[in-house]
Amino acid sequence: MNAIQNVNGQPLKGGKDTSAERQAGKWQDDAPLLSVRDICKFYAPGKGCGDVSFDLYPGEVLGIVGESGSGKSTLLSTLSARLQPDSGQVIYNSAQFGELDLYACDEAERRVLMRSEWGIVHQHARDGLRMNVSAGANIGERLMAVGERHYGSIREKAEEWLTAVEIDTGRIDDRPSQFSGGMQQRLQIARNLVTHPKLIFMDEPTGGLDVSVQARLLDLLRNLVSQLGLSVIIVTHDLAVARLLAHRLMVMRRGEVVETGLTDQVLDDPQHPYTQLLVSSILQN
Amino acid sequence: MSSQLSSQLNKPATQTAGAEGYNFAYLDEQSKRMIRRAMLKAVAIPGYQVPFGGREMPLPHGWGTGGMQLTATVIGEADTLKVIDQGADDTTNAVSIRRFFAKTAGVATTEHTADASLIQTRHRIPERQLRNDQILIYQVPIPEPLRFIEPRETETRKMHALREYGAMQVKLYEDVARFGHIATSYDYPVMVNDRYMMDPSPIPKFDNPKMNQMPALQLFGAGFEKRIYAVPPYTRVVSLDFDDYPFEVQSWEESCSICGSDHSFLDEVIMDDAGNKMFVCSDTDYCRERVEQGFTAENPEGQQGLTPEHNQVQQENKKQDDTKAEEMAL
Ligand SMILES: Nc1ncnc2c1ncn2[C@@H]1O[C@H](COP(=O)(O)OP(=O)(O)OP(=O)(O)O)[C@@H](O)[C@H]1O
Ligand SMILES: [Mg+2]
Ligand SMILES: [Zn+2]
Repeated sequence: MNAIQNVNGQPLKGGKDTSAERQAGKWQDDAPLLSVRDICKFYAPGKGCGDVSFDLYPGEVLGIVGESGSGKSTLLSTLSARLQPDSGQVIYNSAQFGELDLYACDEAERRVLMRSEWGIVHQHARDGLRMNVSAGANIGERLMAVGERHYGSIREKAEEWLTAVEIDTGRIDDRPSQFSGGMQQRLQIARNLVTHPKLIFMDEPTGGLDVSVQARLLDLLRNLVSQLGLSVIIVTHDLAVARLLAHRLMVMRRGEVVETGLTDQVLDDPQHPYTQLLVSSILQN
Repeated sequence: MSSQLSSQLNKPATQTAGAEGYNFAYLDEQSKRMIRRAMLKAVAIPGYQVPFGGREMPLPHGWGTGGMQLTATVIGEADTLKVIDQGADDTTNAVSIRRFFAKTAGVATTEHTADASLIQTRHRIPERQLRNDQILIYQVPIPEPLRFIEPRETETRKMHALREYGAMQVKLYEDVARFGHIATSYDYPVMVNDRYMMDPSPIPKFDNPKMNQMPALQLFGAGFEKRIYAVPPYTRVVSLDFDDYPFEVQSWEESCSICGSDHSFLDEVIMDDAGNKMFVCSDTDYCRERVEQGFTAENPEGQQGLTPEHNQVQQENKKQDDTKAEEMAL
């Protein structure tokens, strides 16, 4: 396990950051990792997302919440360089390339980012995994993509990451299709983390899982995120998930951001009537 | 590009020999010109798959229309054609293709590798080292080496353009994980000129080292997918592998039961109902040549004091083995 390090090269350590740390606004000390300016992407009026601007700081977890069809996934796709917006800019501060305007830069650089500094965790594991190759190959692929050519060390790292996401290393040669839904999600996470990305995009990572499986996955995610110092943008319609993982929330409705703020503030003292409705509907459940 | 290569590719289309009512080598001149343009581009960018508007040749499936279109395009009256299928010259396919061009182009044909100026092949590269004045044309079923992992054509093109070949290594990883070694033995992927990943067509990996720095021009034609690619003479061709699982070719405990060769690709032949088997050279012409020179299963070193010609061939073969050994050492 000691080969697994956080982005600063330090070994994993336990512990979660506290709400007090978050509220102290410690993020603002660094330059933003991602700067989003006036992003618009509409398929039809009200369908998509518009006028979204924010900064994401290193180590910060941003939750995007809102009802179905409010434009969360559309926004996430434009932020993660997978969907060209109608207008607006996304600037990423890359360790390899410096400041990159995602939709104006070289596609080659963008694709290098996606397999090194970034990770993408899809709601459906089949969209994020290669179902026809083994778990080990799924984890090893990114390493090989960045030039690793030693089978023994690829395998060693695959085993370390299986352990890190609580999958028995004896399953390393099994295909993901033989895994349960929760294991597939954890494998997807391992596959992304193996190259030590700085920024992870997640779209409903716990969607479609049983409640107990969800809880275990959330716990794992929360630990990895704080131990590795990851920055995360996570889309969820589940406010409990948002509460557990996100430092800051963005509430979307019909393609617009109606409220943003620290997670506890937004959930405990919602200002916008739509957020109030959203929070109270959860409480009623 | 060597001068004889460009003269081969730019051969004037004035030949008149051939069957009545058909154009020389069957294919019309307009298609040939189009294919020549694609070929020149392919030679200029080693390993890169060039699309071409292939014609339907009125041939039964499995004849390898991709290879035939290339042969029809480069062949001239002065050429001598050899056709190999599974290493042999006498299979139905090989015989039919040879007859087709003998009839439509009136060219000479041969089974002797040394005498051919043009060799169309499926499944093998001749054991005898090819020369710079020869052209080897491969029939290719699936030209895209990345297809197994990425079904979308737009995406594989991007992967080539950006040299994203990590996924290819996944295939090898799976081999080692499952079998303890790289078990892929045909269609073994190669890097051409340190730039493009290429599918060498279903030749055994035994033949891969022959592609490296080959003096002859190698042309590949995929008829169904309408792609042409090429390896110009003396181009670096490297088989993929891992640092700790280096590329290795097949080897046999046995020697050829006919010519005694211990260095050629062997086919296993079942002899009788009792399951007795023997091993023989898959390259029938190579085996024949050795037998003519006095090599036998009982006398694999050859007879001493044969003709000077024999000694020369033996030396050539030794040279070939030496380069092979060098490549493997690399
Ligand atoms: N490719 C597309 N073409 C046309 N309309 C689309 C497309 N993708 C999404 N939409 C529409 O845009 C709107 C926003 O969709 P989006 O998937 O971003 O919502 P969401 O907030 O992620 O919803 P959910 O919670 O159900 O996943 C919806 O009305 C959807 O139907
Ligand atoms: Mg969605
Ligand atoms: Zn033989």
